[in-house]
Amino acid sequence: MVDSTTVLWGQTLAYTFYVLAIMAVMGWFALRVTQDGASKGVKPAYFYAFVTFLVTLGVSLHFITYYTIPWKPMDMHRDTITPDKVFNLGVAAHKFQPPSETMQVACHEKVLFNVTSSDLTYGFGVFRADHSMVFQMQVVPGHRNDILWQFAQPGVYTIRSTEYSGPAGVDMILKDAVVVSCEQS
Amino acid sequence: MSFVHTLVHGEQGAFKPNSLTPMQKMILRFVVVGLVYYAVAVIEGMIMRLYEVAPIPGVPTEQFFAIMTAHPLVGIFGSTYSTVFGAFLFLVPFLMKKPLWSLKLANWTCALLAVGTFTFWFAGFLSEYAPLYTLYWPLPADFTQFSVWGGTFFIAGIALVMVGTVFFVVNIFKTITYTPAGQDKQPAGALLASALGLSGLQALFTRKKTTHLVSLPVAAIARGTVDTALNAGIILFTGVLILVYMVAAILGYDLRHSAVDALLYKNWFWWGLDLIADGLVLIFVAGTWYLLAMLITGKPLYMENVARAALFVEMVVSWTVWSHHLMSDQAQPGILKTVSGEMVTAFELITQGLAFFITLVTLWSARPLKMTHPLKFLLGGLLGFALAVPAGIMQADLGLNRILHNTQWIIGPHVHVAVLVGLTMTLYSAIYFLFPIVTNGAKLYSEKLATFHFWTHLLGGIGMGAFMGMAGLQGMLRRSLYVNGEFNVYMILAALSGTLLLVAFLAFFYNIVMSLGLKGVLEIFTPSKLETTDPVPAG
Repeated sequence: MVDSTTVLWGQTLAYTFYVLAIMAVMGWFALRVTQDGASKGVKPAYFYAFVTFLVTLGVSLHFITYYTIPWKPMDMHRDTITPDKVFNLGVAAHKFQPPSETMQVACHEKVLFNVTSSDLTYGFGVFRADHSMVFQMQVVPGHRNDILWQFAQPGVYTIRSTEYSGPAGVDMILKDAVVVSCEQS
Repeated sequence: MSFVHTLVHGEQGAFKPNSLTPMQKMILRFVVVGLVYYAVAVIEGMIMRLYEVAPIPGVPTEQFFAIMTAHPLVGIFGSTYSTVFGAFLFLVPFLMKKPLWSLKLANWTCALLAVGTFTFWFAGFLSEYAPLYTLYWPLPADFTQFSVWGGTFFIAGIALVMVGTVFFVVNIFKTITYTPAGQDKQPAGALLASALGLSGLQALFTRKKTTHLVSLPVAAIARGTVDTALNAGIILFTGVLILVYMVAAILGYDLRHSAVDALLYKNWFWWGLDLIADGLVLIFVAGTWYLLAMLITGKPLYMENVARAALFVEMVVSWTVWSHHLMSDQAQPGILKTVSGEMVTAFELITQGLAFFITLVTLWSARPLKMTHPLKFLLGGLLGFALAVPAGIMQADLGLNRILHNTQWIIGPHVHVAVLVGLTMTLYSAIYFLFPIVTNGAKLYSEKLATFHFWTHLLGGIGMGAFMGMAGLQGMLRRSLYVNGEFNVYMILAALSGTLLLVAFLAFFYNIVMSLGLKGVLEIFTPSKLETTDPVPAG
């Protein structure tokens, strides 16, 4: 499965391009709207073309990501997928309770993290050594919170709560909690 | 004219508080309250920006999160609600050419917003009550972390704001529908149907030609007010629930937290909260864009009927989009994530895109326009939403949300750019436009300072959002602290941008005070000497 860094780079490029484009359009508009020139008005056809563009963009975005971001369909259909490995974790009193042994994963192995909270709402995020995020989910008490993932890169990953649970939750960090190796895969 | 004389009496002594009608005094009081709380929110924001670079000595972590809890609420309720409610309580009677239903109720709204905001802010400051505005269950009732008394006063302050909000809602709808003394009977039902868009909807199916009884801006205000009312109901209900747990704790009873389902609670609370972010803000802003475009150009709105329909769609969409806040909640039903979270949310791209397009074309139709302060701030507001809405649509995708949720991306390029650049610049546009109308021709102290205000605010707002977003893409979480300087490059740049926003506000505030004079500002709070229900003096 493609690493989430790749998707973030794609998003960064697309959004940066859009930001530059819309700023240029607004700058051009601000300049031209103050200049002389007969305004012939804008034909309704342009308006409806713009509406069609927005509808197409708004709907197609989610179809495009469904077919290009591999964890999206995997997450939506995770009930029907048998994981290669399951890790059960608990959370209580602002502390993660990981399995007794280090969580070892092979690259591209389907691993299910099942996290249960017995008091507050927390978050469960896996982070790289450079603090960038691999993925996250919410951990809601009284409900099943599970996520299926395939790691693409070897490394030692840190778990951190991604949801605010009071000031005491700031230190909810489990360093070097997940070890991913590619030799086994 | 000496500096001291201008400071006391205003620019050229042109502002005459004695000439103000009760309605003008009412809106000016709302604006002053709104600006004072905007200043509080900006200062709080700067404290947090500095804290994100390095913890400030003497400010404990608990106080940092208490500030984070109060900050958005002061910004939304204390500042934005005050400014917007004041403006709409003035504009609805102004546009409908009839008196406000109750000036007394309007003044009560202003007082309740001011007192309620101070109450929750002060309770949070003293007790460090910090469950954040999200109030995820059972955090607001976690008395192992938070003071039950602090929480009780905090929630009571929010309740006061909501009561003031209900007064605003009643006043708006009564003003639209009532018949003033001495006038012919007005069709209350038809006026309400027109304001809410029901008559337009009916016309779609009956092919009857619709006559709009209320103008487009009033229709926008009415539709946004529906969301305001629903939101007040949800927040009041949630507040009562939390208060039940607090009162029980004060009386020595420990109620079971599991009696409330955390996911169900999250759904109803986000349904209510989203009526602000994805409801009334977008509807009010679109309506304000249309009004400003028509006032600036003196021309009718391009595609007015489509704009009306889009406002109706936006209202309905705002009732059904809340699930995009729960895309990382794995127990949330998939159908809600896909339909409400992804598909319905995409409609906001369409409705806001239409409002953007219609406003620009209306402005274009009157070129050449003079680049006045209202026009430049309006263009800034349009740019803000053009940047922030697509950022929001991207995170409302099941694939991207997995790597964006709760990062600085959400709060930077989406929330802060929408609020600071999109919403606030739209409000500034309205303030600059209404300034001579509600002050009976007071002179702006410095045109250059207003232009400086524009550029520093625009660059500061976009810069802060951009640097927060870059940190978010690198994995920096919101609602968290990094004490080892992990993201300091971005946080220092964001703090510098935040400083620009602070400087922008100081320039604006100084300009307004020098325009009205300190004496004039104080006299806004004394009763009007004129006995009239007209918004502005006759003649």
